[in-house]
Amino acid sequence: MKNEKLLSIIQFLLLGNFIVGFFFNQTGTLFGGLFTTNALMAFEKSILSLGVYLISLLFSDWLKKSEHMPEFFILMLAALLGMFFMISSGSLLMFFLSLELSTIPVAAMANFDLEKKISSEASMKMILSSAFSSGILLFGISLIYGVTGTINFAEIPTLLDGSPLQILAFVFLFTAFAFKLSIVPFHLWTADVYEGAPMAVTSFLSVISKGSIAFILLTTLYKVFAPMQEIWYNMVMLLSIITMIVGNLFALRQQNIKRFLAFSSIAQVGFILVGLSSNSIQGTSSVVYFVLIYVFSNLAAFGVAGAIAQQTGKERIDDFRGLYQHNPFISWILALALFSLAGIPPTAGFFGKLFLITAGASKGNYLFIIVAALNLIISLYYYLRVIRAVFMDKNEHPIEKIILNPSAKLGMIICGAGIVLVGLLSCIYDYITALTV
Amino acid sequence: MNLILLILLPLLTAVLILLMRNSQQVKLTALIGSVAQLALAFALLLAFRNERVAGNEAQMLFELQYNWFPAWNISFHLGVDGISVAMILLTSFVVIAGVLVSWNVTKMTKEFFFLLILLSLGAYGFFISLDLFILFFFLEIAVIPKYLLIGIWGSGKKEYAANKLALMLMGGSALVLVGLLGVYFGSHQKSFDLITLANTHIPVEVQKICFPLLFVGFGVFSALFPFHTWVPDGHSSAPTAGSMFLAGISMKLGGYGCLRVATYIMPDGAKEYANIIIVLSTIAILYGAFATMMQKDLKYINAYSSVSHCGFVLLGIGMLTKTAMTGAVMQMVSHGLMTALFFAVIGMIYERTHTRQVNEMGGLLKVMPFITTILFIVGFCSLGLPGLSGFVAEMTVFMGSWQHPDPFHRIATIAACMSIVVTAVYILRAIGQTAMGPLKEGYVNLSDAKWNEKIAAIILIGGIIAIGVAPFWLNDLIGPATQIIMNKLAAVQPK
Repeated sequence: MKNEKLLSIIQFLLLGNFIVGFFFNQTGTLFGGLFTTNALMAFEKSILSLGVYLISLLFSDWLKKSEHMPEFFILMLAALLGMFFMISSGSLLMFFLSLELSTIPVAAMANFDLEKKISSEASMKMILSSAFSSGILLFGISLIYGVTGTINFAEIPTLLDGSPLQILAFVFLFTAFAFKLSIVPFHLWTADVYEGAPMAVTSFLSVISKGSIAFILLTTLYKVFAPMQEIWYNMVMLLSIITMIVGNLFALRQQNIKRFLAFSSIAQVGFILVGLSSNSIQGTSSVVYFVLIYVFSNLAAFGVAGAIAQQTGKERIDDFRGLYQHNPFISWILALALFSLAGIPPTAGFFGKLFLITAGASKGNYLFIIVAALNLIISLYYYLRVIRAVFMDKNEHPIEKIILNPSAKLGMIICGAGIVLVGLLSCIYDYITALTV
Repeated sequence: MNLILLILLPLLTAVLILLMRNSQQVKLTALIGSVAQLALAFALLLAFRNERVAGNEAQMLFELQYNWFPAWNISFHLGVDGISVAMILLTSFVVIAGVLVSWNVTKMTKEFFFLLILLSLGAYGFFISLDLFILFFFLEIAVIPKYLLIGIWGSGKKEYAANKLALMLMGGSALVLVGLLGVYFGSHQKSFDLITLANTHIPVEVQKICFPLLFVGFGVFSALFPFHTWVPDGHSSAPTAGSMFLAGISMKLGGYGCLRVATYIMPDGAKEYANIIIVLSTIAILYGAFATMMQKDLKYINAYSSVSHCGFVLLGIGMLTKTAMTGAVMQMVSHGLMTALFFAVIGMIYERTHTRQVNEMGGLLKVMPFITTILFIVGFCSLGLPGLSGFVAEMTVFMGSWQHPDPFHRIATIAACMSIVVTAVYILRAIGQTAMGPLKEGYVNLSDAKWNEKIAAIILIGGIIAIGVAPFWLNDLIGPATQIIMNKLAAVQPK
């Protein structure tokens, strides 16, 4: 009972956090250039705040039952704070510190189901892989300091000329990003961690963490490493292609819904890289727009999967067969989410993916675009597999009526409305474009 | 006439269907909505003719333009010419017939009619959009309804068929997407606007790459050989109204796209690849006809014959003469009505006999005279009997094709003509076995068509006869629009 009251207060505060963050979007610099912010960064942070608010709604059943609910929020908000600092960081030092702040609490969160062995394993894998990637990042940072003599984001681009050592430094830096974003070939930790962690943490990892890294990658590539764009374009393109293909092909055969969503999110990251490769205003706005859509779509899918797992303990796609019989509402939400992830109109995912592809096509590299478009077909295949299980397949013992508590239902409705409206209302995209300029 | 009504009306109907409480209300709402669609389509036709009679020679009438994603230069640009009006009329005919024949759907009625209306929304939006981005949006919007309609209410290998259809059509739209982006950047206009693109000369190199992408992409929807394989599976597994919508409306999206988008904005590309189109569509016509000969299942018969008939649409486009193109559009309308009626009548027979195998039936004329009469009419239309729409459309295509004096076009035309003989064979055989002969035991107590089925059939037959007896009104409607495409083609410099 204590938890229940506390949870509603926390939810209220998180909503307040989102609203306040949305309306206070000022430009400025603090701490001698370590911390910078502008309207676009404020908006990016608002997206993350919204995601955290939605997680607190969608997984309220699980949270209420947890003995350590306050600690969960402390950890999650610490990670969120780290992400805020990371998005706003103006130097490599700040970037490194905030990245650590945003990762370590998540590893603790992954082990939140204390009695489950698989969670401890996930947590261990996560802490090891992130420690490894931090080491690589630090090495890259030291190389950059070595060749340029500065760690300030504003000064680095003036000193870059594409010498081999600088390229090496960039590669190390980018590898660290690749680890966090689970870009192939640095994706191996993803599926295991996603499967082992509690659903709320998995959704935080796949949506909020990835979103924040995508945002800081925008700043890094477009501002800091702008002089080397010919070099990083090819790298991003190649990684994007293999990430999409590997993510999609592995997703085809997954049975566990969490592993399924893990590989699908790897493929989605490959798509984000398509837009990212364009190095233009359109690139920035389409990536931010896509992350916003991705927050709604992926959280809706995780929310439904979480509600089912919480009440029945079922996580396999085969168990979803005949779900529609007793649970039309969550079936439609799941269908909307999956169609949005697959990029089918009228959902917002269609617009998100189309704009990413269009931004990517502005470079005139059509082979790349054809590969991306073909990947849309592969991804449709496995999303349809879930849809088919839910709506078409027969099952003797379909999942009984799932009783949703009001806040989870509210969360799903917000996600569903977001999936439909963010695309159709073009003013949201215009707003993001206006911030980008 | 405000074109946005054509989108709002199905949307409103769909929302109302969701709000209804029992299946009776759902069906009534769907029926009222589709009657309103028909009325709206006729109002559009009248308004369009009045404008033309009054001397309004603008290419597109009733244009509307709203800003939508200005950052990408996308606008919600709507407008109609004769071709679009004809297609809208066809859609409204098929929708009302589809709703009527689905009167007995008991499984998840609300969802069924919701998806049907959503499918019609996509078709209307597609035919009135003048911006390629929203055209693409409406093209893809139909994927969800098609997939669910086949997968949930279908029969036979429905999951397999639904998957195959969704993936192949998605593949087609992926090609369309790449082609559209190529035009967007390659034209140096950074615009998706159809009229803007048609008025700029897109560089020939860009056309050579983008034309096949767009044509094949749209061609997948219209059963372009060798991408026709979804047609038999999809059509035969879909529920009756689903097959009607798929063959009557969805396949026409492809033909319309090939003509309006690919050929119109990229005339150089069209000239470059015209011969390949002719070869492929001739193969489709003959292959479809011969494949039909081997079928025993009524739905497969109509599905394969759709491949053959849709081949005429692409053949007409590939011939690049005004008459042939007009014939292609007429064939789209004619085939849309005919195939919808064919699927409707197959559905009616199946509901009574519980089989679609031709050799298991016989003598049905004795117990259900009305239904078998429809079967006769639709069969004759399919094999091109004068006085019905099929004859007019195919004849126009042939006349247009014959205008080319060289042997290549002549051979293609003659080969396509031959298919009519094959069509006659399979149609007469199928109808004969179904309707004539001794009545099989167990079929004695079957009832004839009910009111809803009768109305549906009469509406579609009305359309077929109206085109067959008085083709000039359709010709006059389409003619000026194809002339504009021809002018664009004529302006191409010969190599």
